[in-house]
Amino acid sequence: MADEKVLETEASCCCGGGGYAKDYSGNQERGMNERIRRLRKISTTTQPHIYMERAVLETEVYKKYEGTVSVPELRALVLKHFFSNKKISIDDGELIVGEKGDGPQSAPTFPELCCHTLQDMHNMNDRKIVNFTVTEDDLKTQEELIIPYWENRSTRHKILNAMTDEWKAAYEAGIFTEFMEQRGPGHTVGSENIFKKGYLDYQNDIKEAIKNLDYMNDPKALDKKAQLNAMSICCDAIMILGKRYADLARKMAEECTDEQRKKELLQIAANCDVVPAHKPQTYWQAIQHYWFTHLAVTTELNPWDAYSPGHFDQHLGSYYEKDVADGILTRDQALELMECLWVKFYNQPAPPKVGITLKESSTYTDFCNINTGGITPDGKDGVNEVSYIILDCMDEMRLVQPNSNVQISRKNPQKFLKRACEIAREGWGQPCFYNTEAIVQELMNAGKSLEDARKGGSSGCVETGAFGTEAYILQGYFNLPKIFELTLFNGVDQMTGKQLGLQTGDARDFKTYDELWDAYKKQINYFLDIKVRGSNIIEQIFAEYMPVPFLSIVTSDCIENGMDYNAGGARYNTSVIQGVGIGTITDCLSAVKYNVFDQKKFTMDELLKALQANFEGYEDIHNLVANKTPKYGNDDDYADDLMKEVFDYFLDNVTARPNMRGGSYRVDMLPTTCHVYFGDVMIASANGRLAHKPVSDGISPEKGADVNGPTAVIRSCAKMDHLRTGGTLLNQKFTPETLAGEEGLNNLANYIRTYFNMDGHHVQFNVVHREMLQEAQKHPEEYKDLIVRVAGYSDHFRNLDKPLQDEIIDRTEQNFA
Amino acid sequence: MATPYVFNIQKFSVHDGNGIRTSIFFKGCPLSCLWCHNPESQRYQKELMLFHDRCTACGACVKRCPSGVNAIVDGKLVMDREKCNACGVCTDWCLQNAREIAGKEYTVEELVKEAEKDRMFYEESGGGVTLSGGEVMCQDMDYIEKLCRILSSKGYSVNIDTCGYAPYENFKRILPYVDTFLYDIKALDPEVHKHFIGVDNELILENLKKLSADGARINIRIPTIEGVNATEDFMNRVIDFLQANHISVAQVNLLPYHNTGKHKYGKLDRAYDEEGIFGVPDKERMELFKNIFVTHGYSNTNIGG
Repeated sequence: MADEKVLETEASCCCGGGGYAKDYSGNQERGMNERIRRLRKISTTTQPHIYMERAVLETEVYKKYEGTVSVPELRALVLKHFFSNKKISIDDGELIVGEKGDGPQSAPTFPELCCHTLQDMHNMNDRKIVNFTVTEDDLKTQEELIIPYWENRSTRHKILNAMTDEWKAAYEAGIFTEFMEQRGPGHTVGSENIFKKGYLDYQNDIKEAIKNLDYMNDPKALDKKAQLNAMSICCDAIMILGKRYADLARKMAEECTDEQRKKELLQIAANCDVVPAHKPQTYWQAIQHYWFTHLAVTTELNPWDAYSPGHFDQHLGSYYEKDVADGILTRDQALELMECLWVKFYNQPAPPKVGITLKESSTYTDFCNINTGGITPDGKDGVNEVSYIILDCMDEMRLVQPNSNVQISRKNPQKFLKRACEIAREGWGQPCFYNTEAIVQELMNAGKSLEDARKGGSSGCVETGAFGTEAYILQGYFNLPKIFELTLFNGVDQMTGKQLGLQTGDARDFKTYDELWDAYKKQINYFLDIKVRGSNIIEQIFAEYMPVPFLSIVTSDCIENGMDYNAGGARYNTSVIQGVGIGTITDCLSAVKYNVFDQKKFTMDELLKALQANFEGYEDIHNLVANKTPKYGNDDDYADDLMKEVFDYFLDNVTARPNMRGGSYRVDMLPTTCHVYFGDVMIASANGRLAHKPVSDGISPEKGADVNGPTAVIRSCAKMDHLRTGGTLLNQKFTPETLAGEEGLNNLANYIRTYFNMDGHHVQFNVVHREMLQEAQKHPEEYKDLIVRVAGYSDHFRNLDKPLQDEIIDRTEQNFA
Repeated sequence: MATPYVFNIQKFSVHDGNGIRTSIFFKGCPLSCLWCHNPESQRYQKELMLFHDRCTACGACVKRCPSGVNAIVDGKLVMDREKCNACGVCTDWCLQNAREIAGKEYTVEELVKEAEKDRMFYEESGGGVTLSGGEVMCQDMDYIEKLCRILSSKGYSVNIDTCGYAPYENFKRILPYVDTFLYDIKALDPEVHKHFIGVDNELILENLKKLSADGARINIRIPTIEGVNATEDFMNRVIDFLQANHISVAQVNLLPYHNTGKHKYGKLDRAYDEEGIFGVPDKERMELFKNIFVTHGYSNTNIGG
């Protein structure tokens, strides 16, 4: 993957609100008080950089123990050695302590997954966006110590060696991506498991499980022993880290002359005496306890989507109430501690990515995603005061990490929904909105118990999972429009001229739309087989070489099963393939069906020539497919029926394929930034999309395809059966005037409730701002959906003359008073 | 009468009555307000709209038009509108998308089906359907009455956005099905009215009195235009009129004029002569007018829809 072509802009992405969200995490002075403003400023102004200490310590352990202990124990010893020896510090003013690296914006490397070449490291340092500083010393360490040892040992090396030529060809052509090529399985979220026990308690559970191993009947007993031993070593590891922080805080307190800070340091020491060894006793300790757990999960390996505390408001609710009743905590203090945690999340950029993995996820964001609201495990309204504290924190901090969403249940109070809407209409992308009832049904449809389903939610971007009980592992994005391109050209990749897909016939010979549709189905299935075969092998590589004994401790039922999270030890084990470009593919199908077969406005031959010519010289065909054809997103059944057909086919042919961990495959409909990469590997498409332009994101309509306003969009989207998926993503934009005042707030809230009544899974909002209108003036074809309030009426922005557009740009400001 | 033409169906309409609504705009209006921002709504027939600023005189329409409407003269496109029957063939082949047909025929059932699509939004938000124009009250009233009856029978709130210039008999027919009338007052002095709007206002004011007497729910809407009616005196006179005639008002909306429709006149090859006559009232003045209403007891007065 030497080709390091970096995407020009940080593209619209699932987290942080889509393409138009401005980055508010710059140098703004935000935070409830001086302490937070200072910590936040350091976090947002420090340049991300590579942190080599972890790789060095890991290499020491491997050199010492590899071959003498089991693989899980070896992995556990890495964590223990790292936590025993890494440099630690407590920064001035911090109330929550602990970093993955040596301070804010410090990114450890994971050579056991992906051993970066020196060229990779130069690229990371030099690229314009998502860059990481790499020093000369870092390069030297990489060259002399890391590369010689890890180059042929990394899972990436093993994976690429194990893949077939077909897999490699499809991967390089951008038919699909592979999540585990550079990072580990993860996509998982913590549950009340973290808050109800300390790691000493877990160690006792593990001892008990070891005692109960059945050497007489269980052929796996010895493997289980090794796995459980490894988990126990991991308990030691995190407790060592806690003790080191307690000692450090106490020592710093002794030397501290500021009485207030001394008191804080002593409290930090006292907190770290309790957690992570024991169950937390206070709100503050509960947050610190989570943070230690977070550090352990995300430095043990480099799992996708880091880690998240799940229903954080529910887990903290009883601590908050007790502390307030005991008089040891005020609401302001509770908010301050939450803001301290927000800084901690923001301090950790996603570890550096290269090549295709960078393209599918071109961002520092590590996809921590906190669920707020929803319902309790026994089905009651889950909103409590901490829910509002989290919303206040989000509003104040305006950081893209952690991403905080709200789960909206029909049982949640309107006040909660409206407070979330109030923040959302500020237009920086958070919170996004999830439908609790849909999530519960999606999870139950995938075999979870009612209680486990209620404990679940969304993580990463929009992925549904049973928190604390499920390993739901994303396998990669799947390029639906590209496969249609191949179908039109009898399986030949137009970018390279190579025969990549099946020979399903010359499209010019197809007499009916159905013949084309049948050919497309064959191609989809062909590539799904390749993808799934590859993913199954990769799962086995991780199960064998890269267990995660720490994550296994906090994921039910890995201890009881004596099995690892990466090997099927969790209660539920799901593999997910993410469909990308449903808007684009639907409009392509519609364009061909409507113009070639129904209306006979041009022939297939003309269309294929137009596509190959990027529509140059075929402007009339381009105009017909781009502007005069039924499109997805307009509540028009002609197009929406085609969407359902392609969605159902894709879903039916993924769902229930067995994976290698005792579970099965499912489908998500989300893109991260992969729709940009997937568009880049394509020539022009039949819907009028020009070569290399992004395909549609999530389940959103193709850019500019929806012209009937936001209710038509969600009516179209709701025709997809969300409940059969593991999550869908919808971006919507509104003009500030639509959302103004109490009435605007009510309309937004009602809009969300209505979508959720239709079983929509997720929606997030962009609010139109001046820059977007200026863009729309330059590229009207991409903003056909943009409706603005002109005066006593609304009109499509593109239909206004320039002076009027200028005037509207001038008066567009986000003012909701 | 002929089946009405619809020139726009706007979904997620949040400024024409309560909640999330679908607004249906009928083509054709008995008034000809000099400031009209929707000139395409004035005539009762279908029309071709041409965005002159987009037209490159490429000649595609000349080739495609079955009626020989278009010609290129001296490098410019010229249309013989007399010949144009707004068939729409040219719109498919205009590469600049400079051509649109204003006006589409729907059966009552088709309109109901269109409105029904957003039923769940109405129910959640207390919204419904707004019939607007042009002028809805001057359309085929058998059609309009049937539309109102069906919508209302399905439990949707029906709002009528009207200028009031129609036989009262028309109002009477739909009264049982209408939730709220959004009723325009633009001028009180008959001469002023005639000058700017083309007709006398006697019928309009009489209908308002009758509607109120018949118990209709009424929102008064005042397009507020400098040079016409944006004066304290006018607002006070409106209040006097409302009070003297015991007109019950649910809401007052002061709609600040915007010089925004003029770009549309060119599209119909019509002149917009009144540039410079009408002015946009500034925010402070709008607040002042609002306060006049509020201090006279019209607490539910809003600037804008």
